[in-house]
Amino acid sequence: MSLTAKDKAVVKAFWGKIGGKADAIGQEALARMFIAYPQTKTYFAHWPDLSPGSESVKKHGKTVIGAITAAVEKMDDLIGGLSSLSDLHAFKLRVDPGNFKILSHNILVALAVNFPGDFTPEVHVSVDKFLAALSAALADKYR
Amino acid sequence: MVEWTEFERATIQDIFSKMDYESVGHNALARCLVVYPWTQRYFGNFGNLYNAAAIMGNPLVAAHGTVVLHGLDKAVKNMDNIKATYAELSVLHSEKLHVDPDNFRLLADCLTIVVAARLGSGFTPDVQAAFQKFLAVVISALTKQYH
Repeated sequence: MSLTAKDKAVVKAFWGKIGGKADAIGQEALARMFIAYPQTKTYFAHWPDLSPGSESVKKHGKTVIGAITAAVEKMDDLIGGLSSLSDLHAFKLRVDPGNFKILSHNILVALAVNFPGDFTPEVHVSVDKFLAALSAALADKYR
Repeated sequence: MVEWTEFERATIQDIFSKMDYESVGHNALARCLVVYPWTQRYFGNFGNLYNAAAIMGNPLVAAHGTVVLHGLDKAVKNMDNIKATYAELSVLHSEKLHVDPDNFRLLADCLTIVVAARLGSGFTPDVQAAFQKFLAVVISALTKQYH
């Protein structure tokens, strides 16, 4: 299910609309994930506070969404563009790749909540494909 | 048996008491057919599903979306016995409709997204968790009679 030229254009345009709200989206997606999928908290046992408004969730949400925003410009070669992040996730963090799908879902929910008019089915399918391709690139070095 | 907290019960009753079945049902099914196009395999007789606009404008999709969403009413009214409540519908989906159960999750995800867009900030993470738990229990019940 590779990204077509149309997918890339739709994702770029929509991400442009997100603009300054990106950090908040990242924070919200993480917060939703920890509450709706509590098993994902096991990767953050070293954090003092995993509640939605906490500094850790805010900061990490920003980190994650920042990397995704950067990936929007690398859609022509996600595997190459995410190579070092893949190393990190494969050899250091060792996050089970099933969780990428879970976080992706929560990003979609956050987008739907914050951009109800813009997150049309056409935008949804292209963003879903983008996040899936990104997740695959992130898991590329796992084995 | 599934344990429901007071919050979860209240949340599910609240969401469905305010549900615009026609609009949400239509949008959820249509979104599913657009985002996961392989789900169109079950709707060969629905006519024009060639692109997103056609799917969104298709009256058969709209009508069926409403039917499917009302199918959830049984679960809303029988939260303590969803498994038994859906035994017949499970047999129907397996023996007659031959629907791959993976599709239930795809539709559930689209329904979650549509409801999230409607409720906005009211769709808090806790409300999301309750709603998704409810849908997961329904999916499990619908999958139960497959063999």
